[in-house]
Amino acid sequence: MILSEPWRLLVFVAGIIAFIALNAAYLVWLERKVAGHIQRRIGPKEVGPFGLLQPLADGIKLMSKQLLVPKGVDPLLFKVAPLLVLVPAVMSFVTIPFSEKLVARNIDIGLLMIFAFASVNVMGLLLGGWGSNNKYAVISAARAVSQNVAYEIPMLITVVTMIMLTHTMNLNEIVIQQAGGVWNWHIFANPLMPIAFLIFFICSLAETNRAPFDLGEAESELIAGFHTEYSGMGFGVFFMGEYANIIIGCGLATILFLGGWQCPFGILPGWWWFLAKVYFLIFCVMWIRWTYPRTTLWGLLNLSWKILIPFSLLILLLTGAMIKVWPLITGAS
Amino acid sequence: MNDLARSQNQETFVLNLGPQHPATHGVLRVKLTMDGEYVVHAEPVLGYVHRMHEKMGENRTWAQFMPNTARLDYLGALSYNHGYVKVVEQAMGIEVPERAEYLRVITVELNRIASHLLWYGAFVLDLGGFTPLLYAFDDREHVLDLLESVTGSRLTFCYFRFGGLYNDVDDNFVGGARAFIKRLRRRLPDYHNLVTKNIILIKRLKDVGVLSAEMCRKYGATGPVLRGSGVDYDVRRNEPYSVYPELDFEVPVYGEGDSMARYMVRMDEIEQCMRIVEQALDKLPEGPVVAEKVPKILKPPPGDYYSAVEAARGTFGIRIVSDGTNTPYRMKLRSPTFSNLSLFGEASRGMLLPDALALMGSLDLVIPEIDR
Repeated sequence: MILSEPWRLLVFVAGIIAFIALNAAYLVWLERKVAGHIQRRIGPKEVGPFGLLQPLADGIKLMSKQLLVPKGVDPLLFKVAPLLVLVPAVMSFVTIPFSEKLVARNIDIGLLMIFAFASVNVMGLLLGGWGSNNKYAVISAARAVSQNVAYEIPMLITVVTMIMLTHTMNLNEIVIQQAGGVWNWHIFANPLMPIAFLIFFICSLAETNRAPFDLGEAESELIAGFHTEYSGMGFGVFFMGEYANIIIGCGLATILFLGGWQCPFGILPGWWWFLAKVYFLIFCVMWIRWTYPRTTLWGLLNLSWKILIPFSLLILLLTGAMIKVWPLITGAS
Repeated sequence: MNDLARSQNQETFVLNLGPQHPATHGVLRVKLTMDGEYVVHAEPVLGYVHRMHEKMGENRTWAQFMPNTARLDYLGALSYNHGYVKVVEQAMGIEVPERAEYLRVITVELNRIASHLLWYGAFVLDLGGFTPLLYAFDDREHVLDLLESVTGSRLTFCYFRFGGLYNDVDDNFVGGARAFIKRLRRRLPDYHNLVTKNIILIKRLKDVGVLSAEMCRKYGATGPVLRGSGVDYDVRRNEPYSVYPELDFEVPVYGEGDSMARYMVRMDEIEQCMRIVEQALDKLPEGPVVAEKVPKILKPPPGDYYSAVEAARGTFGIRIVSDGTNTPYRMKLRSPTFSNLSLFGEASRGMLLPDALALMGSLDLVIPEIDR
């Protein structure tokens, strides 16, 4: 069934928002379960079977709380900041192909668009921290910005490498290129790609402020970082934005390196495989969070500028050489 | 310190760390003057849980003060019990039966293990690692169960009596203590694999928060903080008391003086505590656990008495002045973390905020004991 244009768009908008809201709610549940089992306890279990209704209870609690705007804050920035985190994340979903047909807009510059919106996300953190008129929040915002700037560079270099390899920025096109079994996934395209995948994954951890790079909300140093002053859904929207960004980060990693919706065995539909891969990566993100202590800002920036950026540049250079110089040497056309 | 000199002329701001802050583990307030993320000046502000324990001591009979000693450092309460009964016994000249002394050592060392385990969890939590806390609590739970079975309480123990103990232990306790040590021996390598060898942790602790032996002496720091700065001093060995001279144990000393050294001292101390408990269990003699000739109403002869024990956080000294009545004339408590915290102001100058908090965590603060 193919819907006509305005209806199709509306269905996708509603679908994406529902997807994000549901995921934000149930990823919190999953995170608590994963954390529980890593820490030798059960996790939520009281509300509903296996605590499955816990997110619902949390959601009702968050929505029924007063959206407190403290004295001394910049009311406009304070209210706009959570939206600036969530809206770009929602927009990024427009180009993400869940399966061959299940993509809201199959844009030729999809990859570029996602990164353009990902940069807006930082503004949300900055304005939220700045507008809160709280010293902890300002420190946190400053940290978040320097962290995001530092990690966008190796991430983009890795993405440029991928574009060189795939010759396209259309995400669906990139997935189609990886058809036909695990060995056609871009992560195995050449020996450098696993390293590129690792760099991309580390960067997406840092971009989404996840442990061990959760300096922005380092609770033992900065209470709750940039959302210290937020209550109710203001905090809830920040949270949704954070989880939406994690899904996008893991989704992009899946699309670029792990074959997107391509199924390796020819069973089950494409969207199932896409989600399975994404949730596996999300599980890894949680696993890392509950295993490692936090780095410092220095350690974080050193990792980016001294290790990730040189390595990603090297991969870019070598991949370029492989694409252009190798055919010249071997004489292949 | 060039950065610091420069910052004197620049704009700084005051950051109030506490009294309610996740990193202070209690109601400690630290007034930080910050230049960006650099600490220019740190000033601990005390007194939020001040309960006048010293004054209380002057208004209660000698025996009535016993429970107070458990409420100073609630994580290593038995050492404080021990310090108090020791000084009163010294004043009264009471001989303690050997079995009681051995059991004192066993329970104190088990309590020390529990205290260090909790510190381990809380410290890694300060560094952002949540999971080790629950691993440590899992093991600590076993110690608390053991101690509960003999003392009747899990945190604020009041187990020791002048001249002995409140009651004897049974075979369950002895077997349970051995089983626990076996269990912890198996678990400690996990702790080291999960945390000690973690590159992030090493980078955060190595060469960060270096305290010189000089600075430790200046502020009177004791315990693992002092031993982490290369000073080989432990009251249990240097001024032997109870049955420690009969037990074979080492005093872990690390010379680096950084947060990692203090971490390693405590981790090694857990192992030494297990050795002490094992030996004491092997040597545990039969006999009574309380001395026979202890008067019902204590009236120590007039005089000035001081005695110190090695608590989990350092030297706990207690000075009593008796005027021959049934209440102390003066009671002075020298608590280790008060001195350990005093050096924070000087040591944290010029440090980054996360490193300063790592330093504070490595001092192992228990606020009620600082405020008393």
